[in-house]
Amino acid sequence: MLKVFFWIIRRDLLLAMRRRTDIFTTLFFFIIVVSLFPLGIGPELDILRKIAPGVVWVAALLASMLALERLFAVDYADGALEQMLLTPQPVSLLVIGKVFAHWLVTGAPLVVMAPLLGLQYDLSADALGVLLLSLLLGTPTLSLIGAIGAALTLGLRGGGVLVSLLVLPLYIPVLIFGAGAVEASASGLGAESHLSMLGAILLASLLLAPIATAAALRVSVE
Amino acid sequence: MNSRLINWFKFSSPASFYPLAGRMIPWFKWIAVILIAIGLYMSFFVAPADYKQGEGYRIIFIHVPASWMSMFIYVVMAVWSGTGLVFNTRLSSMMAQALAPTGALFAFLSLWTGAFWGKPMWGAWWVWDARLTSELILLFLYIGFMALQGAIDDPRRADRAGAILALVGVVNVPIIYYSVKWWNTLHQGASVKVGGGGSSMAATMLITMLIMALGFWAYSIATTLSRARCIILERERNSTWVRELVENRRG
Amino acid sequence: MDKVIEFLNMGGYALYVWGSFGMTALLMLAEPLLLRARHREILRRVARIARMNNEERT
Repeated sequence: MLKVFFWIIRRDLLLAMRRRTDIFTTLFFFIIVVSLFPLGIGPELDILRKIAPGVVWVAALLASMLALERLFAVDYADGALEQMLLTPQPVSLLVIGKVFAHWLVTGAPLVVMAPLLGLQYDLSADALGVLLLSLLLGTPTLSLIGAIGAALTLGLRGGGVLVSLLVLPLYIPVLIFGAGAVEASASGLGAESHLSMLGAILLASLLLAPIATAAALRVSVE
Repeated sequence: MNSRLINWFKFSSPASFYPLAGRMIPWFKWIAVILIAIGLYMSFFVAPADYKQGEGYRIIFIHVPASWMSMFIYVVMAVWSGTGLVFNTRLSSMMAQALAPTGALFAFLSLWTGAFWGKPMWGAWWVWDARLTSELILLFLYIGFMALQGAIDDPRRADRAGAILALVGVVNVPIIYYSVKWWNTLHQGASVKVGGGGSSMAATMLITMLIMALGFWAYSIATTLSRARCIILERERNSTWVRELVENRRG
Repeated sequence: MDKVIEFLNMGGYALYVWGSFGMTALLMLAEPLLLRARHREILRRVARIARMNNEERT
């Protein structure tokens, strides 16, 4: 079973490496959105420092949502997804593998990039560390929850916009605790409680989201 | 096609539900009209003015029942969705689909009346209060559910995709609610103190609110049933019984 | 008359109280009316299709 799991991850990573531009589009979207806010708000560092956690997190939310469309779409179009659903392996395991590969390609670059963008907002070193950690715990959750939306809207016209309607409300807890963690550490309170909440949400969605995604895939592919 | 033939003879088949719903609607309609009329009378003439908020607090008599209904309907919708998913009964999915717009209506009304209450009480149309924010998110969830069902042409897929979304939503609602509440207490500004005083609420107020809520409840059932009737007709328009129904109507 | 005006004034909260109750009344009357229109429209459409089929047959 584990063999299949790793096989799926390797396959998806390989496919992603062949289409490298996709990775960069998401990453640059993230960078551009974060860089646009100071232009709209003004360069006062006091304000920027205050809004930084929220801005970075909302941008991460949008970027990972944009990437969702590609999670199942290619496999759906060429029929590979249907084959995968027919295999005796549990579908939720396949889903976890695909989501993990997807996160490595689209989520992990955001996590690595975020501290650099935090510098634009004059965040302290501590806050940057917490930002990195909160994104590390939060973005996989985003991918897991987003997978449900991606599976439900598979092959629909206007699927991309629809995904945002379905998925963004469900992202709210992650946003609250993710941005809250950075804010708490910036204001001198500990970020531990936020981070453990993020971890708890990650574990819960790791358990439940693949099941829902698998059910949604069956509905959509049928 | 085969499952349709089997379902045909079940009690819960759309063909037998359609006339049943038609007979039930007038009852609930009149219950709703009477209860809401009593509720309105009580909220304006029986309930005394609040010593602090004056006459303005009377908004509570529609605000609170509307909020209750919006949450209650979401849970009922999820239950119907779950039944539809597990037992593969088309009628349950149709009921879930019929409930969503009414639930969204109440969520919207709750926000609207909340804003009209907040303006005189807190001095702002919108306050990022935990309850208002969660209600807004609930409205988003309703809209997402309706948008998803609207985007799928195949009714079977629409039913089941909507059901999964409703179930995911209902698992998430408590998490969202508590995180928003927690976020709100953390960011609490100087003096926004919402409603409160649940225990000190006068008995007349509570009774009025309950009567209004029951009226809204009957209203929801009536509108949901008639929307379910529309959905049934739309989906079964090619079946024999709908043909016969139409021909009999024209006499 | 004064009493009516006083009632409508709602102790200075007229806009808020009537804004809320008015919107609620509007929507809760509109929804059943729209549903009734939708129901009639479907019945009409089905009847039209049935009529067309009958004409084809004869």
